[in-house]
Amino acid sequence: MTIAHETVLRQSHEEPHSLEYSTSGGRLKILGFWMFLATDLVLFGCLFATYLVVRTHAATGPTEGQLFDVPTFTAETLILLTSSFTCGLGTREMRRGSRGGAVSLLIITVLLGLSFVGLEVNEFVKYTSSGANVQTSAFLSAFFVLVGTHGCHVSMGILWMTSILLQLMVKGISQVTAPKVFVVGLYWHFLDVVWVYIYTVVYLMGVIK
Amino acid sequence: MLRGDVQPTPFFVTGDPMILASDVLIALTLVGIVAALTYFKKWKWLWREWLTTVDHKKIGIMYLIAALLMMFRGGVDAELMRTQLALPNGRLLQPEHYDQIFTTHGTVMILFMAMPFIFAMMNIAVPLQIGARDVAFPYLNAISFWMFFFGAMLLNLSFVIGGSPDAGWVSYPPLSETPFSPGPGENFYLLALQTSGIGSIATGINFLVTIFKMRAPGMTLMRMPLFVWSIIGTSVLIIFAFPALTVALALILFDRLMGAHFFTILQGGVPMMYINLFWIWGHPEVYIVILPAFGIFSEVVSTFSKKRTFGYSSMVASIMAISVISYLVWAHHFFTMGAGPGVNAFFAIASMCVGIPTGVKVFNWLFTMYQGRIRLTTAMMWAIGFIPNFAIGGATGIMLAAAPADYQYHNSYFLIAHFHQVLIGGVVYGMLAGMYYWWPKMFGFILDDRLGKAAFWLFNIGFYVCFLPQYQLGFMGMTRRIYTYPAGMGWTTLNLISTIGAYIMGIGFVFIVLDVLYSAWRGERDVTGDPWDARTLEWSLPSPAPHYNFAKIPVITARDAWWVAKQENHGKLNEPDEPIAPIHMPKNSGVPFLFALAFFVGGFGLVWEWYWLAALGLAGVLLCLVTRSWDYNTDYYVPVEEIEHTEMALRRSPT
Repeated sequence: MTIAHETVLRQSHEEPHSLEYSTSGGRLKILGFWMFLATDLVLFGCLFATYLVVRTHAATGPTEGQLFDVPTFTAETLILLTSSFTCGLGTREMRRGSRGGAVSLLIITVLLGLSFVGLEVNEFVKYTSSGANVQTSAFLSAFFVLVGTHGCHVSMGILWMTSILLQLMVKGISQVTAPKVFVVGLYWHFLDVVWVYIYTVVYLMGVIK
Repeated sequence: MLRGDVQPTPFFVTGDPMILASDVLIALTLVGIVAALTYFKKWKWLWREWLTTVDHKKIGIMYLIAALLMMFRGGVDAELMRTQLALPNGRLLQPEHYDQIFTTHGTVMILFMAMPFIFAMMNIAVPLQIGARDVAFPYLNAISFWMFFFGAMLLNLSFVIGGSPDAGWVSYPPLSETPFSPGPGENFYLLALQTSGIGSIATGINFLVTIFKMRAPGMTLMRMPLFVWSIIGTSVLIIFAFPALTVALALILFDRLMGAHFFTILQGGVPMMYINLFWIWGHPEVYIVILPAFGIFSEVVSTFSKKRTFGYSSMVASIMAISVISYLVWAHHFFTMGAGPGVNAFFAIASMCVGIPTGVKVFNWLFTMYQGRIRLTTAMMWAIGFIPNFAIGGATGIMLAAAPADYQYHNSYFLIAHFHQVLIGGVVYGMLAGMYYWWPKMFGFILDDRLGKAAFWLFNIGFYVCFLPQYQLGFMGMTRRIYTYPAGMGWTTLNLISTIGAYIMGIGFVFIVLDVLYSAWRGERDVTGDPWDARTLEWSLPSPAPHYNFAKIPVITARDAWWVAKQENHGKLNEPDEPIAPIHMPKNSGVPFLFALAFFVGGFGLVWEWYWLAALGLAGVLLCLVTRSWDYNTDYYVPVEEIEHTEMALRRSPT
């Protein structure tokens, strides 16, 4: 393959298909962030593995079936899935160049995220006040750390997304802010995917006899 | 719980006279450094040129200095252990002090010597070899370095404040749990590794993106130097292995600080889970540090044989095969735990399979040398010295990989000798070869060859004298981590020989330091930029390279691009026929330093369970993140006049 041919291929391959990919800096950041998500995935993978190993080791404490409350975790799931949808719409508005649309959808996403975290904190408080805390059994240690790590990620995402939407309000949509919006969106969707696994592995497998 | 029985730990470690002497020495050194910086008015220089730099070449140099310092620290630990074991009933160290020293020796050598050494080589060579002006994320690169640096400081601080960890470098529970390891030592270990681990993960991501996205036009993957390929392997391994360490350490920390039950025997904890998680990181980690050494051997052997590397494609395939297989062997570190014959057989066979691609690589190096015009420079000596080392290390590795036989060797000195043979003979030899090879590119002068060869022979002979007896000691039943042994076991002579070998290696290290000092003073200056008549792009640049590396990015048409340019184009790279354009570069920033400092403060707070300090550290971390996110003034353009001026000064005509 000649150089000229290669250059043409390279350029056609890197043809910007949307604003966040329009600068080389933006493209690098997005690829780098995908790789970060890979590391985060391994991290959650290890926590899931630990949980699966000890999930029946309830010692003297409550078991999964005695603890989990179907309406609570269903509500958490629905709220988080909806927030991922609004976040995706926000990215779409950003690409269309609508600052107002993007900002308002991100605000909705943050509010949904806050209510998710609120429900989860409430759930944790309920468990610990009934004596089921991180010190009770290996199962509860693994439960609190796995679900809590996800919750910390969501809380971090809320702070981050707030910072990004403020930047959108101050600086507007540009080649600099577009990759930021896109990347925080990737993060948010990733947390949604992890939650789908928590919903299945922790909660559903826990309540199904 | 036993937690209540713990005596309060004194803040400063004072009991042992040796530690007390170190306290005084450290204090004096610090005062000396501060006084020197103030006297020579170098504070501003330190901050502007080094602490805030985002230049991959300077970051590489800082990694290198840190690695050599840590090699000294880990080496002193090793000499103390060997002195203790030289004769039966040694009384130099108390048992608990001996435990601390073998723990910090292992931790320092793997995490704070080998890792920064490979990062030094990556930073120094990769962007130059692929024709890039920096890494993909220079700011993140600075964060990586400072996270490593403050992680290393946190671990080393434990020596004088609070007490060193003493549960072994693997830190297995239940020994590493609060009832058996009270006090802050173990916390220092956990948080130091956690801090530097974040930096390592960031480096893995950074270099993978750099290599995939920032190569010069025409440099296809199969035209890259083999060192760059080895860094792809290493980066992939870092990305998929380090998070397992993060989790393993975090879970022990939860057990220790919050009273969780991941690895306790009580309340349903499973200590085996830690050991699995640790080695899911730990085994790939071995390849994380050895692959760059393999890459360096490929560069050095090819350059000093004046031949292109034999079997390039099979070298690439071997690197990738090693990367994949290295994930499937972790259980060979604990065959004796009783996972059953099925599991052990799988991991035994997988472990033996690693020998195949490694063997391919060794033969390729030998065939590269075959009929080559070999120049025995110091770098080449380290590369040649590596081959018999790795042959022995590989053979004993296959012996250990045979699960039934491992029941005999497990945790004996046979194992100790094996992994030192591959880690020193492989990684350290590789890094020293790389250091001697790229030194002129970093500093502009060549390390003296006579002193370098003296260092090589001392170290190499010392190595065999030190470790060959240990194989035999292992067969004779001497196990690792014993702090002394009685006379009449038949171990005395071999131990004494081994200790003499360790001293010879120590003298070898002193010669390396002497070489650096002497060469800085009177060493041959590298005025050509290509002192070795080498083959890859970094040697087309002046030594040291200007901060933007390439005034014009060359177009690559073949492997060994610089060699081809010298053979076919009178030493001119294929540069685009355009005037020099302004160069886009990242700005220096002090935030990475402060960010890592905040982690250090937070980590120190958690070590002592001072949660207000931990919260303060976390606030600092968040503040740094926000500061960076809101900073829209992160880069600038180097004007054309400045580039032309620099290039003229380097006596290169900017056409």
